[in-house]
Parts: sequence; structure tokens; C-alpha cells
Amino acid sequence: MRRPGKMFREVLKHLLKRPATTTYPAEPARIPEGFRAKLRFFSEKCVGCKLCMKDCPANAIFIEKVGDTYEAIVHLDRCIYCAQCVYACNKSALEMTKQFELAQFDRRNLKVKI
Amino acid sequence: MGTVKIPIGPQHPALKEPESFLISLNGEKITDVGMRLGYNHRGIEKAAEGRTYIQNMPLLERVCGICSHSHSTAFSQAVEEIAGVEIPKRAKYIRTIIGELERVHSHLLWLGVAGHEVGFDTLLMYSWRDREVVMDLLAEITGNRVQYAMNALGGVRRDIDKEKQEHILKAVDVLEERTKYYINIATKETTLIKRLSGVGSISKEDVIKLGTVGPTGRASGVTRDIRKDDPYAAYADMEFNVITDTHCDVYGRAVVRLLELMETYKILRQAVKNIPDGDVSVRFPRRVPAGEATSRYEAPRGEDVHYVKANGTDKPERVKLRAPTMANLQSVAKMLENNNLADVPITIAAIDPCFSCTDRMIKIDNVSSGKLEMITWGDLRNQSIDFYKREHGLDFAELNKKYRERGTL
Amino acid sequence: MIMQLFHILIFPGFLFLGLMGLVFEYVDRIVYARLQNRKGPPFIQPLADFIKLTAKEEITPEHADVRLFRLMPVVAITAVITASFYIPLWSITSLFSFKGDIIVVLYLLTIPTVTFFIAGWASTSLYAMIGAVRTLTQLFAYEVLLFLSILAPAILADTWSFSELTVYYTTHPAMMLFNLVAFFISLVAMLGKLEKVPFDIAEAETEIVGGTFTEYSGRLLALFRMAIDIEMVVGASLIAAVFLPFGLTLDPFYAFVFYILKVLFVVFLLSVGRTVFARLRIDQMVSVCWKYFAPIAFAQIILILIIKGVVL
Repeated sequence: MRRPGKMFREVLKHLLKRPATTTYPAEPARIPEGFRAKLRFFSEKCVGCKLCMKDCPANAIFIEKVGDTYEAIVHLDRCIYCAQCVYACNKSALEMTKQFELAQFDRRNLKVKI
Repeated sequence: MGTVKIPIGPQHPALKEPESFLISLNGEKITDVGMRLGYNHRGIEKAAEGRTYIQNMPLLERVCGICSHSHSTAFSQAVEEIAGVEIPKRAKYIRTIIGELERVHSHLLWLGVAGHEVGFDTLLMYSWRDREVVMDLLAEITGNRVQYAMNALGGVRRDIDKEKQEHILKAVDVLEERTKYYINIATKETTLIKRLSGVGSISKEDVIKLGTVGPTGRASGVTRDIRKDDPYAAYADMEFNVITDTHCDVYGRAVVRLLELMETYKILRQAVKNIPDGDVSVRFPRRVPAGEATSRYEAPRGEDVHYVKANGTDKPERVKLRAPTMANLQSVAKMLENNNLADVPITIAAIDPCFSCTDRMIKIDNVSSGKLEMITWGDLRNQSIDFYKREHGLDFAELNKKYRERGTL
Repeated sequence: MIMQLFHILIFPGFLFLGLMGLVFEYVDRIVYARLQNRKGPPFIQPLADFIKLTAKEEITPEHADVRLFRLMPVVAITAVITASFYIPLWSITSLFSFKGDIIVVLYLLTIPTVTFFIAGWASTSLYAMIGAVRTLTQLFAYEVLLFLSILAPAILADTWSFSELTVYYTTHPAMMLFNLVAFFISLVAMLGKLEKVPFDIAEAETEIVGGTFTEYSGRLLALFRMAIDIEMVVGASLIAAVFLPFGLTLDPFYAFVFYILKVLFVVFLLSVGRTVFARLRIDQMVSVCWKYFAPIAFAQIILILIIKGVVL
């Protein structure tokens, strides 16, 4: 039956319900497992094949040889957090963590060594 | 107050993305509509030519936020067809499940946006709260709420295990309850029906002539659904109906989308129950042999067409996308005839516009000379630097050099 | 003289009404939010909005009529504050009561709507002009309903002044029940006067950006928003004074508490009305008001006349 104010009863029921808002940043954000945020690099596992550099769509990761080991530098502003590098690495030397609060005021601070 | 030309856009609270509509009004009646596109052009097709196929997968996913899986799957299907690789059945089912979950998320988002455009904010808040169920589910399965990075060339990246399948079924039960409530509201709430009926009508002949796709076309009685006409992924094994309606107006489009949600829940239950065992991906060569392929996908907004041409190297030669909104925009001008100004936002919102998907053109029409010419990116950039130097006295070449030296560019 | 100044400036004048406007705006917004399952703004939000707006720059459009543009907010807020002086707050008589003050309040409440129209017209911006024309069209739709429904109890009580109306209903409390239909119609008409959904056509954010207030910024916009808030308080007090005229013969303090509770109740009903409807189009609004509500209002008046003739 058509009538105006059809949502009336449902709307009034909500006076007694808890609001569905999450008060971030007062309460911590709910992050799912497998969330893709800042990269983590295990330099002991890396062999320097640079497949991650080849497969990155945004030219965000650079592997350099420093002495005997390899170091990874990530441009956090270029990275699109697609995890293609993680998927491409055969030695599991890269992993995505859940750290997503990465904002900075100066762009030069976004080029980090991981 | 004579004839007034009102600009809706590029920046306007009614549009979620920039697009320019110049509406000529006579009192409150619309006499003419002029459209300009291209405000969201990002050069994705050009960028895809300079990257390998593996690099193109995340790039094409980011064409749009709401239909990201559609573009990614359509591209993978085209490339897999050129290379002649057959992906395992389990991967097809997983692609179907994620695609249908994306359809749920997109239609619930549309319901909220339509409510907001007619001033019914309560519908917006309720439907977006229920959409959180689907977003949390997708975050649990794929790790992210949009842009799932689920597809890989040759299959999918992640598996859906038993626990996640249970969660999918539980979420589908909750969502089916809520969708029935929204169908009840949409068909019985008088003020909503008054705003949506008789608005933005387009007849069946015009739909076929202008090539309108998706729920917009199906609301005028044209039965065209790629999932039934040209099955891809696992749709050949699924049983579902194609929903059409004969109202031909915005109300019909709302009804079509809501009833499509019920069909989606049917498909999801079938897919989760019948998912076969096996691998989730196969090896895919880095160099794709020469060839070309067209693949079509039924995105939540309509038919999405991808064309890929390969030439034997590891980079594609040409990638062309035709998003569904591109086909639907032509009919907006026809729909707005004889309507009021107050109907413009809801009519534009009823085709479910996604202008990020749409803007792909690089051909410029020189209005004064009447000739067609092509301008390269370098020319366009120099033209804009000259314009600002002449008109406003700003020299962007100097500013760019300064920022590059400072290292912040 | 000092007492008059105190009444005009502090209580129940500028300061008190301003505070009441902010408090009831908060009540309206938090009820709206809770009905939509959200958290709503903090308590200090309306005051923070007002202070923020006064700190912003005022931009006047180039082709606008500057004097009218700057004068309209002042006229609007003056009219609503003057209207509140005739509504009884803590006793049977109000501050400046006289015979016929119901009509005066209704006329004074028409002035803000006319100022919205002139403000939009003087802005000479496309969106503002369309909003201004819509405001005036809307006035033709709900004005008759508002007058008929507010005057129905007054006709039953045989008077045009608040104090005599209150006296009549305090002595014959059962007569209040005959006004229920008019109460419902007056709520609908008040939603139209205050330009809230389903009748917020003049300031439809998704269609014409800001409507009549598109070009207003800074202190002028702060004054307009304060005028709208106080208009809601005055409108709700008017409905409460005419349809729920009990409790005013008690001690002034308790009468004042009753008044606040009555206004809270009416504001709650207006907020619920805001939540459950979609916005109508202007032609639909005019046709709905004249086809459905006006006959009901006329029927209510005829019923009242019959009751007066038969019963009394």
C-alpha cells in the first residue's frame, strides 16, 4: 500500500540503537588481515634479481647493493600498494605490513629505506 | 525571466565526478542540454602502452574505484585469449564471486546516491551502512575494500578457503533481508515514487538507436546482459534471470537494480556451493605472442569492452577501453527533454555515471575552424604554459624548474 | 525603561533567543542523526559554526545591489525576534500582548520569506535567482494552510489574542481535542515555512548549489542562519502556544519549564518529519498542498464552525 512516511516505524526504532559510527582516531581502526600498506624487506633473503623493480607499475622500489647485502628504498608517494612486488619475488623477501598512517608534511620524508 | 543557461558542473554538489552540462532553461522547463566531457582524462591507454602486461594489471584496476574488478578481469580475459592460456575452473569461480560481490557494493552505493539526489538522506545513510557488510567481507577476502588486486594473468592470486565461504553465505543472508526492505520502501514510499516516476524517460527504440547498456537499457525493456548473451568466467554454469522492466524511467532503473541484487544473491550462493577444487592459477608467459582480442564484461553499470593488441614483446601495442557510461551518456540529452530543472541531478545519477571510466578521448574538435586535428601531449603542455604567460603573467616553466631543483617534484 | 531594555536585549530578546536558536538547532540535528543511526554533532557545534562564520571574509558579487544584499539578513533577524515578543513564554500574557497578536505573529513570520526572495534576487547569480523564485512560489503553496490551521483554535475560542485563547482553553480543556487535524496540518505547513524536507526546494543543495544563499558568506550568512534557527524556535513556540495552551497559569518558573518541554516536543516532531520524506519538486508541492491539504484545512474550519453553532 503506497503511503508517505513508509519508513516511519523503522526510523523510530533507531532511537534506541547504538550509532553505527566508528570514532576513528579516538578508537583504533579495524584493519583486515592481508591489508596492503607499508612494505617490509628482509635483506637476508634478497638475491638481487630485481624482479620487483621490473614488475612495479609505478617505479616505486629500488634495490641497491651496499657492501655484501642488498638494500631496498621505497618511494611511499609513488607506491600504489598493489603488492605486485610481493607476488613477483621468488624468495619471499618482501612483505606487506598493516602500517597505513604514513602521512608527512614534507615530500622528501616519503623516500624511505625499508 | 527568459531563457537562462545554467551550468551543472564541472563542480557541482549533484555530480560525484566532474563533467560539464550546460542546461538551457525556460522557467523551470529544460529546452536544451550541452555536454562537454574530458575533465577526468588521465591518459591510461597511453600509460598502458609503455608498461609490461604484469605492470598493466594494477594500472587497469585503478581506472575506476567501484568497478575495478570489472576492468581488471576484462583485461586479463583479453590477454589470456591472445596467449591461448586456459585458466583453471576454480579461478573462474573465484573471479565470479568477487565480481558479484562488487555488483552488490555498487548497486547499494547507487541506491544511497539516488536517495541523496532527491533529498532523502535517510535512505543514503541506511543503504551505505548496509554496504559496510559487503565492504568488510571484501576486505576480509582480498585485503582491501576497493581495488582488490585479486586477478593475476593466468588466474587469481589468493584462494577463498572454507571459513571465508561461510562468511560469504552469512553476509548474503543479512544483505538479502535488507534488500527486501529497500524494495519495499522503493515501491511504496509516496514521495520517493513521485520524484522518480515519469522522470528521465527514454523509449525502447531510442535505447536501441543510442546504444544504451546496463540497467539503464534494461529498464526500457531491452533484454541485453553479457552474462547471458556471451558467458565468461563461470556464468555459463549459473542459473539466474535477466531483470527487465517496462517503466522506461528512473523508477524502472531503481527497480531493475534492486531486483538484480536479488539475482546476485542467488548466483553467489550457487558459486560458493559448487566451487570446484584445484589450482588457482597457471604459469603465464612474459612475452605474449602477436594477436588481438576483444573481451566484454557485464560491469555493474553495463557492458565494458576491452580491446588488446599484442605484438610479441612483453608490452602491449594498443589497449582500448570502452566504459559503459560512455555509451549511456549519449542518452542523457534525450532523457532530459521536457523535464524540469529539479530532475537533472536524479536523471544523471540514474545512469550511474562513473566519469573516471569514461574519459578516454584524445581527439580535439577545433570548433572555430571546423577541422579535426590531433594535438600531442608536448604541444598541449606548451600551449597551456603560453596561455598563462600571456593572460596572467605566470611562468610555469620557471616554477617547475624551481620545484625540481628543490626536490619536491 | 531599564526593564524594557533588559527584556528586549537579554531575556527574552536577542541573547535568550540566540541561545535558544542554537540549542534547538542542536536538538534538531542530534535527533536527525540518531534517527539515521549516526552519532551526530557535539553539543558546541552550532555555536562553533556561528563563530566560524563571523570570522570569514564577506564577498559581495560584482553586479549585486550592495545595500539590499547587506540589509536583508538584518531585516530577517529583526522580524523573527519581534515576532517572539508576542508569544507567551512564562505566563498568560506575553511581553507586549494586545488584542489580535496571533495575526501579527503570522504576518511577521512572512517577512523572513520575503527577505529570502529579495536576498536571492539582489545577488544576481543564476542559482540564487532560481532559488528566490522558488521561495516565492513555495510561499503561495503553504501560506494559506498555515493561516487556516493556526487560526482554527482561535476561531473556536472566539478571539484573536494569545492571552484570551489560553484562558479559554484552560477553562474548557476538552475543546483542545477538536483541533487535532489542524495540529497535523500546521506541522506540515511549518515544515514548508521553515523550508525543511520535504519542502526545502528553495535551498536544494543537490540541484541549485545553495539556492538563495549561494552568494552569502561571512557575517551575513551567520545572521541568516541565526534568523532561520530563531524562526524555527518562534514557529515551534507558535504551534505550542496555540495547540497546547496548558500549564501557563502556574508559577512563572514552572510555566517556563512547561514551555521548553512543549517546544522540544514540537521540534522533535518536525525533525522526524524531516527524516522520513524525500524532497518534492516545486510543481508537485503546489499541487499536493492545494489538492490534498487545503480541503482538509477547510473541512476543519467548517467542523469548528459547526461545533461553535451546535455546542456553544
